[in-house]
This record gives sequence, structure tokens and C-alpha cells, in this order.
Amino acid sequence: MTLQFNTETFRDDYSFHNSQRAIDRFPFPFHEDSYMYAVNMERHQGGPADSVYEKRFDVDEHYVAEMADRAKVLDDDPLRCQSLPHMTLAGWDLLELIMVSKSEEYPDFFELHREGREWYWINKPLGIEDHFTFMDDTTLPYGPMEYITRQTQGDFCVLDQREDNLWMDAGMVTTQADWSLDFDIGMNFFEWHAPVPLAHEKGIFKRALKFLLNIQQGAPARRLNWTMTVNPLLDTSPENYHKWGIQKTTLTSENIGAKQHLRVELQTFFRLPRSNALVFPIRCYLMSFQDIVSKPKWGRRLNRVVRDLPEELAAYKGFIANRPLMLDYLSQFDDGLPTSFGVWPDEHITPTLQR
Amino acid sequence: MTGTAPNSTAPKTVGAAKLAVRVSAITTLNALVTRFEFQRIDGTDFPTFSGGAHTVVEMMDGEKKRLNPYSLMSDPAELSTYAISVRRDDQGRGGSLFMHQKIKVGDEMALSYPVNLFVLDLRARKHLFVAGGIGITPFLAQIKQLEAIGGNWELHYSCRSPDLGSYVDELTENYPHATSVYYDDKKQSIDLDNLLDGQPFGTHLYVCGPKGMIDWVRKTATATGWPQAHVHHEEFLAPQPGRPFAVRLKKSELTVEVGAQESLLEAIERLGVDAPYLCRGGACGQCETDVLDSDGTFLHRDHWLEDDEKESGEKIMPCVSRFEGKILVLNR
Ligand code: HEM
Ligand code: FES
Repeated sequence: MTLQFNTETFRDDYSFHNSQRAIDRFPFPFHEDSYMYAVNMERHQGGPADSVYEKRFDVDEHYVAEMADRAKVLDDDPLRCQSLPHMTLAGWDLLELIMVSKSEEYPDFFELHREGREWYWINKPLGIEDHFTFMDDTTLPYGPMEYITRQTQGDFCVLDQREDNLWMDAGMVTTQADWSLDFDIGMNFFEWHAPVPLAHEKGIFKRALKFLLNIQQGAPARRLNWTMTVNPLLDTSPENYHKWGIQKTTLTSENIGAKQHLRVELQTFFRLPRSNALVFPIRCYLMSFQDIVSKPKWGRRLNRVVRDLPEELAAYKGFIANRPLMLDYLSQFDDGLPTSFGVWPDEHITPTLQR
Repeated sequence: MTGTAPNSTAPKTVGAAKLAVRVSAITTLNALVTRFEFQRIDGTDFPTFSGGAHTVVEMMDGEKKRLNPYSLMSDPAELSTYAISVRRDDQGRGGSLFMHQKIKVGDEMALSYPVNLFVLDLRARKHLFVAGGIGITPFLAQIKQLEAIGGNWELHYSCRSPDLGSYVDELTENYPHATSVYYDDKKQSIDLDNLLDGQPFGTHLYVCGPKGMIDWVRKTATATGWPQAHVHHEEFLAPQPGRPFAVRLKKSELTVEVGAQESLLEAIERLGVDAPYLCRGGACGQCETDVLDSDGTFLHRDHWLEDDEKESGEKIMPCVSRFEGKILVLNR
């Protein structure tokens, strides 16, 4: 594999950027020209070659920089990583799942050697080599969940399953779209989803929970969610709203193409074998508007989705004030031609922009 | 919702892959119960599981495919082998008889990935197990799991007679202080009121056995003020035979006659229609199916649907429930 890791930042000078490969494989979340909440879950058992859906845990060019950003967030605020005492077993389950997946799927980057409970883990991109005893907390520098999620892109919620509900009893959350682990810790599925508009009335959460409770070992699932972020910021947490909220007011018609990012979360769900817990990785992909509109189909469609999105959703997702500015920009890339069904850019069949 | 979303980026497969296994040992425990051990045909280890999990065993009985769930009773730390114990049920629909009479060492079979609907609550300070008869099996795996982490547990196990006390010797030998056994034919029974009364704060209660026992333990626990969240039970319903009935599958554009000895789910599968399931025992909810039209009476037997859903006539759980009447049309 010829993956080059970017040298880049998600703060201060925002040197984050997407290569052509990253643009081509961006998980564009809209399969049609409008958007509404739905129980949009499907199996997570592979996908087209080189797409973000192919591997259980996608590793891309932002890996090393994202892990450096996570380490900084944790230095400033250790409560971004929490695990209630009964969740340690689930942490080991998660460590095993990620180490086995990554060493099988990216053998050039990760190696796992096991002799019974004596394990040897090599992470080449981050320069980590550790010998440890599986299930013995004293042999790792952090708890098992923290250890492995400091080496894996995306946020992680580890949910205990009991009383026909899921409980947010552990997590590593440093790249979130404006919610807080410290606030949600110990809550159940309905409690932490309380702020979401419209979806409760539509019965979406009741059905989604039934689906999740039945997720089976060996049969993981996935869905996409999305929001908007000004500047390529990973840490848009309520704890730091005073730092990033204000950046939303810096958007102008000149800088919007580069500054405004569509933020897509590839959310996956895995049953963990020993603890019977569910792990919910939330992997964040950022792409600037100017990169999105480089795909004619995506440009047309994004304009229509943003234009027609119900007020409640635009307000909840935090971009209602900037919507007019966004539409001024995006409408330049929408000539009204029809778009093909599905999420892929379909460049071979899509006409270029007619002006 | 179980299938693929419209934006699908996924290959279209239903459920986890099956595990191809060979029967590696068969051990007769007593007049009713036999243990079957399996190893994977490709020689690899089985998936990790947690105590309380079951697997669905696929049996090819001539033309007929039988799928029965059994608790995994082997040590969750020992993954070269999975073991189940099967109680012969002469009145049942034949799955257990097939296992007892037809299966030989070396036979190839398929198992589902493990599914756990009877998990230990890992917050518990103490785990109190109440087992009746073959209901002992999930506890055998849970006990091994707890022993490995120094967990605190206690077992009360009721059997018909010493002759039929599966695993009694092993349990009383290895864990004499944690195991109490009661024999019906010696008129011994669990003193439940006292047992439930004397438990330390933070104890969780687990019961697995015949329906009467489960109801008795749960009722007593409620009456003595146990919080519902601390009382766990596992009850696999076997599908019951009944009168044959016809069903129309709208999406597949097929009609099928459900035989007297066959479940609705089995009849749907017989046509080659892919229908979701996990437990095949009315507990997991995975097989929930929308009813589009009906004229007749539903025989709901699951633990999944709410009472109002059952009365609405709009849902059925085909793994255990049946129908009597003229018309039944399903969205499948
Ligand atoms: C167990 C796994 C899940 C976890 C841990 C989780 C967690 C969260 C959290 C923390 C939020 C932010 C709420 C806030 O504003 O404070 C959220 C939003 C949301 N969740 Fe989930 N969720 C899970 C599964 C699902 C599933 C399966 C669905 C399926 C429909 C879903 C639908 C939503 C929606 C629609 C939103 C609003 C997002 C937006 O508009 O940006 N969630 N979730
Ligand atoms: S398969 Fe589990 S309820 Fe029917």
C-alpha cells in the first residue's frame, strides 16, 4: 500500500487538506436530492475496493495528524475519555477487535503477534511497539480502551446493553459534533438522543434501538450522519464552543469555498464478544465545499439538500445563520440538471456544469 | 430496516456467515441428555463468546432443514471446541430426537455465530443462579467465565432425580460451597423466599428452566421487592405444532401452506425466501413481520410484541406464532 500520511493540523493554521484520492473516496452522504432522518442502517461487511466502506476500520492519509490532535485534546481535558468500572472487559474486547482487524487488513502498517495471552503489537505509522498480557490492565500504559483508541481514528462510544436499552458507560470522544461524553456518560439511548428534533416523533429511535439491540457478533452494521463545520476542526465540542462557535461568523463569500466543510460521520456498530457490549465508532470525514463541487453531481445535489432542509434540522445542525451564504455559493454549481440515484459521483455519466 | 438502505454501499448478505463444523465428540450423560462437541472444519478457533450465549444448530434431516437454538455450555476461554447439551424431547417436533438418533461423530453441520440474550450484568456484586433441569447449560459457561475473573456466584439447581442430574457431580466436586442441588423425587425444593430475602445489596438473579419455574422465581422476586432490572431469565420457546394454515407472501409473490409440525418461519424459509431471525424462540425480535391483511385469529406466542401490538393484528413473530383462519398476507 502506498499511503502517505499528511503533515497537517486541525487547529490554529488549519493546514488540513484532502488529496485527490481522499476527494474521490469521500463518503458523500446524500443518495437523493433531499434529506430527512431515517433508520438508514445497512450491513458493514465490506464495500467497493478503496472506498471508506471496504475495511472494518478505515485508515487514511489523516491518520497520524488526527492521532496527534487527539493527544492534544486529551492533555487539555482528560474527561474526554471515560470508562465506568464494569466496562473494562468491553475495553479488552475493543482492543482485540481493532488489533485483529487492522493487522489483517493493513499488514504493512500493523502487526499483532499472539502467544496465548502474551501479545506483541506493532503500529508502524505511530512508531509504537508494545508487549503486554491480554486482559491484564497493569501491562499497558493506559486502560485497554484508551490505549487502542489513541491509535484509531474516530470517536468511540462503548455501550453496555441491559434492560433492553443501551447505556453510554464508556467512550473516547474528541472529534464530536457538539455533544459531550462527560454530559452523556451513564445515559441511555433515549436520554442522550433527547436534543435531536423530529426523529423521536417519527419513531426512528424506537426502531433504531431494536435494531441495535439485535446486532450480532460477526454481523456489524453502519450508517452515515452529517453536519457542517467552519474550518477543518475535529474538536467541535460544547466544552470548547467559545473557541469554535465564533469562527462561524468569519465566513464570507470569498472564503466560504475553502473554509466551509461538510462533515460526514461514518458510524459503525459491532457486538463485542466477552462483554456483550456494543461499540459505536464514529469516524469523521471533512471536505471543503470547493472540493465537493469538483464533482458535478455532488455540487448540484448539495445545493438542493441545503436549500430544502427543514428549518429544525438546519438549526439543530448549527448552520441556519449561514445558510443564505452557503446557498449563494452552492447555487453557482447547480444548473438544475437531474442527478443520478445513489451516493457515488458517477463522473462517467454526469454532464459537466452548464453555465 | 434489516435489509439494505437505499443509499446502499454494502454487499447484500443477510446475517453473519455460518460456522462450518464437524462433530468431534458425543457423550451420553443420562437417559435424557447428551452432550455434543464441535470443531471447525477449517481448523481455526471459534469466535469468542460470553456465558449465556446460544448458537443455532442447522440439521439436515433428509430434505428438511431444522434449526434449533442451544446454549453454549463450554468454557468461553476454550475456543477450539463448542459444546451443547441436548435434552431428548419425545413430544417435540423432532429436532432433539434427530440429534440423539442420527448425529454421529465426524458428521458435518453448520452453527450460527453465538448470540447472547442472557448476559451477565457485569455491575453485579454477586450472581445468584437458579436452574431447573436442562436450564443448567447457560450457567455452566457463565460459571467458567466468572471463575476466570474471580466473580462471586452461587447456584441453586433443581433436578428430577439423581439419575437425571446432568453435571451435578462436576459442579458439586469443583464448587462445593457455591452449589446446592435439589431433587424432586426426594421432595427437595428451593426455599426461594428465604434465598431471595438473604441476598446482599447489588445481587443479580438469573433463572433458566421450565416455564413454571421461571414464572415462580420472577413472581417471588417481584413480591419480595427485587428491582426488575436485577432479575434475568432465559426462556426459549419451542415452536408448537398446530393446525395447518395458508399464508401469502406479498413481496415474494408466493403462497405457502404451513404444515402442522412446522413453524411459519420454517415454511417461509422452505420457499427459499430470506427471512431474518436470531433466536427462533420468540425473544429477540429479529423476525418481526408486518401483516398486510388477515381474516382469522392470531396465536401469538412470543415474548417480544407488546400486548397492543398483538391485538392490533399488524405484526407477527413467525418463529413461534401461528394463525387460524381464512386469509393471512405478510409483507415478506
Ligand atoms: C448506539 C449508538 C449511538 C450513539 C452512541 C449515538 C449517539 C448520538 C449522540 C451523542 C448524538 C448527539 C445528540 C446531541 O445533540 O447531544 C446523536 C445524534 C443523532 N443520532 Fe445517534 N447515536 C447512536 C445510534 C444512532 C442510530 C442507530 C440512529 C439511527 C437512526 C441515530 C440517529 C441520530 C440522529 C438522526 C441524530 C441527530 C444528528 C444530526 O442531525 O446531526 N443514532 N447520536
Ligand atoms: S427469531 Fe427471535 S423472535 Fe423470532
